[in-house]
Amino acid sequence: MNLMLAPVPAGPSLADFGKDPLWISIIKAVFIFVFLLLSVMFGVWMERKLISRMQNRYGPNRAGKFGLLQSVADAVKMGLKEDLLPRTVDKVLYTVAPIILVVPAFMAFSIIPFGPMVSMFGVETPLQLTDLPVAVLFVLAMASIGVYGIVLMGWSSRSPYAVLGGLRSSAQVVSYEIAMGLSFVGVFLFAGTLSTSEIVAAQADGGTWEIAGLSIPLPSWYVVLLIPSFLIYAITMLGETNRVPFDLPEGEGELVGGYQTEYSSSLKFALIQMGEYVNVFTVSAVSITLFFGGWRAPWPISMWDGANVGWWPMLWFFIKLVLVFSCFIWVRASLPRIRYDQLMAFGWKVLIPLNLAWIMLVATVRAFRVEDANRGVIFTLAAIVLIGCFGIWFRFDTVLQRRRENRAAEVEAEFEQLRDEPEAGGFPVPPLDLPHYHGADRKEVPSGSN
Amino acid sequence: MEPVLAGYGGEMSGYFGAYALVAVFLAIGVAVVAGALFVNRLLRPTRPTPEKLLTYECGVDPVGEGWAQSQVRYYVFTYLYVVFAVDAVFLFPWATVYAAPGFGMTTLVEMFLFLGFIALGIVYAWRKRVLAWT
Repeated sequence: MNLMLAPVPAGPSLADFGKDPLWISIIKAVFIFVFLLLSVMFGVWMERKLISRMQNRYGPNRAGKFGLLQSVADAVKMGLKEDLLPRTVDKVLYTVAPIILVVPAFMAFSIIPFGPMVSMFGVETPLQLTDLPVAVLFVLAMASIGVYGIVLMGWSSRSPYAVLGGLRSSAQVVSYEIAMGLSFVGVFLFAGTLSTSEIVAAQADGGTWEIAGLSIPLPSWYVVLLIPSFLIYAITMLGETNRVPFDLPEGEGELVGGYQTEYSSSLKFALIQMGEYVNVFTVSAVSITLFFGGWRAPWPISMWDGANVGWWPMLWFFIKLVLVFSCFIWVRASLPRIRYDQLMAFGWKVLIPLNLAWIMLVATVRAFRVEDANRGVIFTLAAIVLIGCFGIWFRFDTVLQRRRENRAAEVEAEFEQLRDEPEAGGFPVPPLDLPHYHGADRKEVPSGSN
Repeated sequence: MEPVLAGYGGEMSGYFGAYALVAVFLAIGVAVVAGALFVNRLLRPTRPTPEKLLTYECGVDPVGEGWAQSQVRYYVFTYLYVVFAVDAVFLFPWATVYAAPGFGMTTLVEMFLFLGFIALGIVYAWRKRVLAWT
């Protein structure tokens, strides 16, 4: 018996795909489009409403009951509004770029599992448009193509702020995409597959971990088992979608509107916004699929036999999606925007090395369960990883300590200098030796006659 | 070979059937978005004035060419991205098979060596102060 293989899939697996009649596929494709369009509309409404409540105000409350139709009104307005096409822009790329941004965002959703096998008009079919042996890689690929949209938008606008915003955004997105891809590796190590439906199936039951004669039941959702992977993913999903606190591409204090400056208010702007929101939903859905058990019901509900069959799982999936999206809004209401160099340093110097170390650790722990494992080799590897981690930590601890001490000494020296000559340092303070500062006995110099 | 050929045969089945569906989905996506833009073109008014056709800078008329020189760092980061994206792509298949029977410890040790080299790359970039912004 081989304990290393993923548990027997309880839901659809790769073999269940590619068997749908064409009309079923079309129904699913249209459903995904309609679902995403409605999600964007009511997602925008929900974000505005929730963030208003967090900021102690009402938010949209004029169009429709509770302002529910606000986004519909905005969409209609944008569809009918004049489209300004600045004279200097590169017209072809300017028009094509939003399409390059928005279409891959939609496409990434084609491999998201919404539910198990259901009977749709008499045809047994999984609630998922399609599944690939490399489904998660496909999501990453689509995210990378979306970056072209951002860069081309900035480039074709022929405006310095737009170019800078596009460059910033692309550098940020690609940096966080690496950390994102690496945080998936832990999941693949446990699930043994890249197919989304099989990853969900692998989270059906946790299995047990045999160690020293004890059998410890493992939690079934990877968010518990691989919490560092999940935390890194949660951070990268904010960076990947240009959301607060990583929304520097749209840093309006520095760059006007970033890469979308020249897309003033037309349907193209609506497309860009739609692409951004669909990206948010995609990364949320991927987090649900990879870490939160996909469409499977959480614990108290899962005790009910009918929880994970038929159409019910779609409801659990939607609830999870709403909850993850609410966390995006919560973060937006809570955190300020961070500085760009801090953003890049965090991505490259913290997230990626941490991720690599964590992958090594998971792989080593996982290797204990390989049958023909050579314990000596594993312990050597584990020792190397641990010693390496400690070495790096000590090194950085000393470097940081030295840096902190130097900085403190510098500040101290500066204060010392300022005490002697207050105008030193070039900071524009009024010169303190002006005549009228020299006591009451001297005649004050007026600034003018009156 | 049968499923592969069936995939080329126009049916939505077999190995390439899944990819064909993705292609169809792409076609639908492009059609929807392009259609929306086309309808928008028919519905919207167009009354350009010279002021409307200027690019926006900060409220005053834009100065110069509209092109900005920027730091070479962005280029270095995308270059590093290519290296690390390839690294991640190598990690994915390894992660799926290394626990399967027949791979064993050699696979693990090999990946440790590979990750070691990759880590050396990031340490080099770090040391050369490519990752620092100022």
